[in-house]
Formats: sequence, structure tokens, C-alpha cells
Amino acid sequence: MKLELRGITKRFGALTANDHIDLTVEPGEIHALLGENGAGKSTLMNVLYGLYQADEGEIVLDEVVQHFAGPGDAMNAGIGMVHQHFMLIPVFTVAENVMLGHEQTGFAGQLDLVAARKVVREISNRFGFHVDPDALVGDLPVGVQQRVEIIKALSRDARVLVFDEPTAVLTPQETDELMAIMRQLKESGTSIVFITHKLREVREVADRITVIRLGKVVGEASPTATNAELASLMVGRAVELTVQKDPAKPGAAALVVDNLSVIDPRGQVVVRDVSFDVKAGEILAIAGVQGNGQTELTEALMGLQDRVTGEITLDGKTLRGLSVRKVLNSGVGFVPEDRKEDGLVGEFTIAENLMLDRADGSPFVKGGGLQLSFLNTFAEEKSKEFDVRSQGIQTEVGRLSGGNQQKVVLARELSRTLRLFVAAQPTRGIDVGSIEFVHKRIVATRDEGIPVIVVSTELDEVVALADRIAVMYRGGIVGIVPGDTPRDVLGLMMAGEVPAGVLPADPEGAAA
Amino acid sequence: MSDSPVTPGSQAPVTPASSAAASGSPASGSPASGPAVEPPSRWRKAFNEIIGGSVMISVLAVVLAIVAGGILIAVTDENVQKAAGYFFARPGDTFAEIWKSVSGAYVALFQGAVFNPKRPEFVDQIKPITETLTFATPLIAAGLGVGLAFRVGMFNIGGRGQMLIAAACAGWVGFTLHLPWGIHLVVAILAGVIGGGIWGGIAGLLKARTGAHEVIVTIMLNYVAFYLVSYLLRTPVLQAPGSNNPKSPPIDATAVLPDLLGPQFNLHLGFIIVIAATVFVWWLLNRSSLGFKFRAVGLNPNAARVAGIDVKNMYVYAMLISGALVGLAGVFQVLGTVTTGFSSGIDAGIGFDAITVALLGRSKPWGIFVAGILFGAFKAGGFAMQASQGIPIDIVLVVQSLIVLFIAAPPLVRAVFRLPDPANPKKPKAPKTPKPAVETREAVAAK
Repeated sequence: MKLELRGITKRFGALTANDHIDLTVEPGEIHALLGENGAGKSTLMNVLYGLYQADEGEIVLDEVVQHFAGPGDAMNAGIGMVHQHFMLIPVFTVAENVMLGHEQTGFAGQLDLVAARKVVREISNRFGFHVDPDALVGDLPVGVQQRVEIIKALSRDARVLVFDEPTAVLTPQETDELMAIMRQLKESGTSIVFITHKLREVREVADRITVIRLGKVVGEASPTATNAELASLMVGRAVELTVQKDPAKPGAAALVVDNLSVIDPRGQVVVRDVSFDVKAGEILAIAGVQGNGQTELTEALMGLQDRVTGEITLDGKTLRGLSVRKVLNSGVGFVPEDRKEDGLVGEFTIAENLMLDRADGSPFVKGGGLQLSFLNTFAEEKSKEFDVRSQGIQTEVGRLSGGNQQKVVLARELSRTLRLFVAAQPTRGIDVGSIEFVHKRIVATRDEGIPVIVVSTELDEVVALADRIAVMYRGGIVGIVPGDTPRDVLGLMMAGEVPAGVLPADPEGAAA
Repeated sequence: MSDSPVTPGSQAPVTPASSAAASGSPASGSPASGPAVEPPSRWRKAFNEIIGGSVMISVLAVVLAIVAGGILIAVTDENVQKAAGYFFARPGDTFAEIWKSVSGAYVALFQGAVFNPKRPEFVDQIKPITETLTFATPLIAAGLGVGLAFRVGMFNIGGRGQMLIAAACAGWVGFTLHLPWGIHLVVAILAGVIGGGIWGGIAGLLKARTGAHEVIVTIMLNYVAFYLVSYLLRTPVLQAPGSNNPKSPPIDATAVLPDLLGPQFNLHLGFIIVIAATVFVWWLLNRSSLGFKFRAVGLNPNAARVAGIDVKNMYVYAMLISGALVGLAGVFQVLGTVTTGFSSGIDAGIGFDAITVALLGRSKPWGIFVAGILFGAFKAGGFAMQASQGIPIDIVLVVQSLIVLFIAAPPLVRAVFRLPDPANPKKPKAPKTPKPAVETREAVAAK
């Protein structure tokens, strides 16, 4: 099926999210839609899927102009979407999830599960998915859940499939398998729109690439374009993809974590017997697929977890069992992975957020009262230093872009006297320009001789920043390897395998 | 691929976001650790919008409620009903009657609440406004307490219990201890404030230590306080000697709040105290370290926790101060309004009206002050309206309730007045911009 978007314009008040976007997807083509976060990719796809109504322009399928009042219309017209966050019900089986929304019923409203199972089997056989129709979705690995989403779309005769950032939650191996599936779908004549901001994936599978910036199509590229060319199209200027850094000059071990385990409120062991150390002046990156215990590990370091065993010492003093307040007071800077939920108060101004974790004493508080004039001078100074772009320090943080929000968090944490810096997913969901800035500041912090922990699920970021890499899998550390370890080795480790020769090469690998 | 197992860390591998959110508040469903239970963020968002919406919505909600009240007055008026019987013969009569009943009612409300030019002497003419301020005094105090709890993300429905305990404490000091003038009053006020504070603090402590929801706890503490005070009013502790009624002896003259404008007005020193309390709450919320932490906890408890703020302690402190402020209202009742001895109905529903006042005032100290005066005016004027026009005072209650209803549904108010949605600002501007371009093009074509 041929999909054409002609002059799609979508405005939200003064903001034009999509400005006369033209896009043509030929039958059996993988068309990559590349752009930074906030470039308007998701808005465009929501227009296509009937979730938003376009202010101008039209959607044409096989030369027929379509009018979608909702996702139902779009599905009936043959458009399917695989969302970034799967729209599946974990306690339902695969077959039940697939039939959800267009249930076939027999006598007295009885569900026709037999038919649904048949559909699942048929589609998974056609593409070699190996999905059991009776498995509970909640028990399936993330990669398989994504296949269930694909089956769901295909079961409704989708001829155009939209993948919205499908690789964000996958391991490198799962990503490769997804690529293979996409090629297979393409051969069967399905048109695919592949939304992403990861350049390597695009070059691997896409037939054509359309780059969107600030709601406009800024160019088309062929898959042979280099990463640098694509990145500069995305941000409108040349971007440094690698982080410039000198070799680390590690000092003595500053943070020592010994046999640390964390039990979550449900009684599950989420961090299992983890041991590592971080030396002054080095960056230890903690890599791994989302949800393998990294979050809980950083929370345990910060005193945010209740049931922690083992030992954490920073410069010889224990951190375990201290309150968050005391951990912060002992000089730990922390960038939480979910800045909107845990890092910032969205309704507070930039200035107020800059003193959020120092609301107890000098210099921001004297005699129980806030020192507002000092705070304002401080905030002006820091927003200049950290290049926070806003209409002023009294702007609500919730109104800033992700990148600027993250700069506020960084400014707050890095303006204290630090003895350890922990940054969890420091560049998640922020624009390329801000990523560059954040990376530079992290390296600068290291060069001041501060031990740094960077937790990231993005392999690119890990490789760019790390002096050493610890890979986590199922709550444990698979191994700690040097920063120049090849990606395929890291990928295997992220899936829980220990490649031969990794551990002997690493003197610190006491964990696994 | 097929051997890649379930990720153990994420409780719900379906949506990676949910695991992040869940780890942010590990509380949910854990009886053992029992940290503060965070309500889901959607509820918190709605909560924040209801308690923190714009001033404009508040004003318009009042306008809408008054209009709706007017319709009710018209519909229930006998003369209007009679005239409507021959509406198609002489429709003018119906409209005249409607005008007469509605305007009569609201004029009476105004004359009862602000200024009555019909009375002969100036002192009598301005008496209504002092009555309004007298009614407003406890409403503002209790409203400040409820509003403060709102700002920390808590619903203090325990105003009744806190007022009763405060009134009992202040009253007991007022008629039992016989202290010199001045000191007696101060001790009585302090006793009441501390009593209310402790009653509120219990709710805060239970929330912080056990995760019990403050709405349930405060409602239940209302009953505990009511029956406790009712019981004490039948024992020598609070009951007037030689009486069989559950009523306390009168307050000593030394413990009564002095009149501000002389004996012909009811307005007492409590009004000055409540102005001071408003200034204090403003300072606390906007200028103090504690208030900064309060607001942070109220807006985003997760971020506050990560920033090293002890969220549980903030809940306890906030409920202590909230209860103390509500207790101040109980003190005003017993030492200012009803000084001849009190019964278990001394709270007069102020603890619940305070919720409305705090909502209407958008939980901001000066907003609550203004809202409290408006509600005081409704109370003072409602009696006048009933006396002079025969309109049941229930209409005023309906108007008050409608105000809450409209405030709780900002989209409804916005729809009625065609206001833009603040979450989606400047929307009406967008379609305007292309217009001039079209016009000029047409103008060019015409040439």
C-alpha cells in the first residue's frame, strides 16, 4: 500500500508542531523518519493514526484521500502502529491481547479464543516468530512482547506499519532480530515507517530517510549517508559525535561497593551481590538493558532504598543506611534517571529547583528564611554557566525542553562540592546539542578528580564516556571491562553471556 | 532471542516507564517498609489543578454560582410561579416577577452583609460589614489550615475534630483557670491552638508512619473528637455545675477576646489575630525554608525525597500547623462568638466550610482571606435574606456548594465563558493569524 502525506500541518496554539510535511512511503519500503526528540515525529504519526486531526493537508492511501476521526478509522484503512510503550495487558494471554479491540464472539457473547489462537499461530508461522498464543504477555521478554504488538497490527490486515522508537527497550541482539523482521515484512509487501533517532539502525535497514527538524522536513537522505551527515541534518549544524577526552588519570579507589544486594518492596532481589569500585578521576559506566537493577543500584547508593545489604564506602566512610539528606551532605551529586519525576519540581521556577536539595541551611537559608536575593544571583549565574535557555530564572521548569531541564539538574548537582557524582541516564530524551553539553560537563567533572558513575542504556553513550564499563544483567554485574571493549562483546554481556577472556582481563571483576 | 529471559528488575516489563515510576515510589503495596504512599500522578495532577487553579476560575465560579442561585430563587418564588401560569397571555409579568424576586434576594443579601442604607444611624448602617468580618474570622483561620495542608498535598477533612478539641481546650482554660487579665486570654488561645495542632498532628503521624490515608484518618478523628467532647460535656470536666444540659459554664471575662469596635459590634480581637495568621502563613509558605520544603513535597513528593527532604516529617509538621490553624478557629468560636458556654455543636460546620474557603482561595493565604470574607458575607447576608424576603437560607448553602462544584470542574467554567485552556495556551490566536493574509490577497485581487 502506498502512503502519502501531503502538506500536513498541525498547530498547538502558537507552536507549529508539523509545518507542511510531505512524506511518501512506497509499497514494500522501509522509510525512516529521523529527528531529535521534539522534532515533530510523534505528532506526525499521531495525525496519521487518527489521534490528532491535521489543521491542513491530507492523508492519501493508494490515491484515496482518507479522513481519520480516530485510531479505529486508521486501523480499518490498514494502518498499524507498534508503540514505543507496548499497549498490551500483561495478565492476558497473547491470543487475548491480539483479539482485544475487535473481539469475535460466538453464542451469547462468548469469546472465540480458538479463532484468535489460530490467527496468532498463522502469523507467527508466516514470519517465524515462535510466539505461543497461550503464554501470558507479562511473562514474555520485551523483544517477544514487541512481536505480539506486530502480530496484533498484522492481524488487522495492516499494510502500513509504523514503528515508534521500537529499539529503545531492546538489547543489541534483540534489535538485530527486529531489523530482520522488518526486512521480512517489507518483502511481504508491507510498507514500514520507522521512527528513531538512532543513526546506526537507520542506515542498516532503511530504504529512504526523511529528516525532520522543528516540525519541517529538512532533507531526504539515502542509507549510504554517514552518521555525521545525518546528525548535522538533524540538528542543523555539525555535531561532535565522539566525546573529546584525555585519558583518565585514576587515583585511589574512592567509592567501594562490596557485596551489595537490594530487595525491593515486593521481596524480590533486584540487585544481587554487586561489588565494584570507582577511582577518583575516572568514569565507570554501568551498561545494561533497562530494568536489570541499575535503577535500584543507584537508589541504594543514594539512600533511597530501604532494604540494602552489603557495604558502600566513600573515602573510607560508610554510606549505607544513611538518609538521603546525609548522603547528599557527604558530597554525592545525583542526576536521577527520570528528571521530571525525581529530579525536578515542574511547577517550581528554575531558581527554586536550583536550591531544591539545599533547602536546609546556608547559603540559601538563614534563620529559617529563604535568602531570595542570593538565590536569584546564584540562579542567574548558574543558568548562564550551564547555558539554560529560558525566558528567565522565574520560568517554571516544567515549561523548559528536556535538555534545558537536564541542565538545571546538572547545574544544581555540580555546583555543590562533590566527592562522588552519579548520573543515571543523563541524556535520555534530550536533544543532540544538549547531549554534547552534558557529556562535556561529565568529562570535566571527572577531570577535576571526582569519581563519576554514569548509568546508561545507550551503548553509544557508554562507549563514548566510559573509562571502565560494568555490565549489569538480572541484578548482577556480568563483568567489568575496559572502556574500549568492542560493542559486540558488550552486547553479549548485556544479554547475560560472559564472552571468553573478559574476566581474566579485568582485575576488578570480582562480582560475577 | 528466545532464551533472553524476563528482565527481573522491572516489575511490569510491558512498559519500561512504569518500572521507573514504580521504583520512584517503592511504597505501593509494601506493608513492611511503609514509606509515604504516593497517589498516582494523574490524581495528583487533577488535585493540583483543583487546589491551585487560576484566580479567574475562582471569580467566575462565584459568578456562575450566583447566577444559578438566582435561577433557583426565581423558580421557587410563588409570585413567579403564579405569573408563569399566564405566561403566554402576559409574558412581561413573569419577567417582572423574576426580576423582583431575584434582585430583592440579592439586595437583601448585600444589605445584610455589607451596608444597609435603610437604617437610621450610621453605626447601624455599617453593622452588617462588621458581622460579615465576625463570621469570616474563624472561616479564614480554618481555611488557612486546610489550605496549608492542600499545599503539602494533603486533604485535611478533620477541621471539625480539630476545632472541637481546640474549643474544649481553650474553653476549659477559659472557665477553669482564673488568671489575670491578658495572661488568661493568651494561655487560653495557646491551649486551643496546641489542642488543635495535636489533633491534626495525630493524623499526620499516622500517615507518615503507617501510610494511612489522611482523608480517612481525619474523618474518623472527627467522630472521636465529637464523642469525646460530648462525653466530657456530661462530666464535671466540661459540664456547667448544677446543670443537666451537655453545656459548659461561661468563659471568664478575662479570657474573652475583647471587642474591637466597642460593645455595639460583635467584631472581636480574633479578626486582628487572623490577619496576623494570614501574614504568618504567607511568610511560612513563600519565604521560609520549611514552607519551601512543604511546597516541594506537595508538588512532587518523589523529587523532594530524592533531594533529601524528609517527606514523612513534612507530612507531620504540616498537619501539626494545619491543625493548629484550624484550632484557632475553634478558639475564636469559644472565646469570641459563643462566650456563654459551648456545646458539642460549637464547630458550626466551619471545619467543612473551610474546605470550600481554601478551594475558593486557591490555597493561597490572601486568597483564603478574601474567600473567607465572601463566605462570611454569605452567612451574615443569608439571615437577612431569609428575614426580609422569606427566601430560605438553604439557597445560600446551594450557592456555596455550587461554587465548590464549579471550582472542581475548571473545564466546565472555561467552556461556559469560552476561556482558553491554560495547558494549551494561546489557542484562539492561531486561527486569527492567516486571516489578514487572505484579506490582503483579496484586496490585491480586487484592484
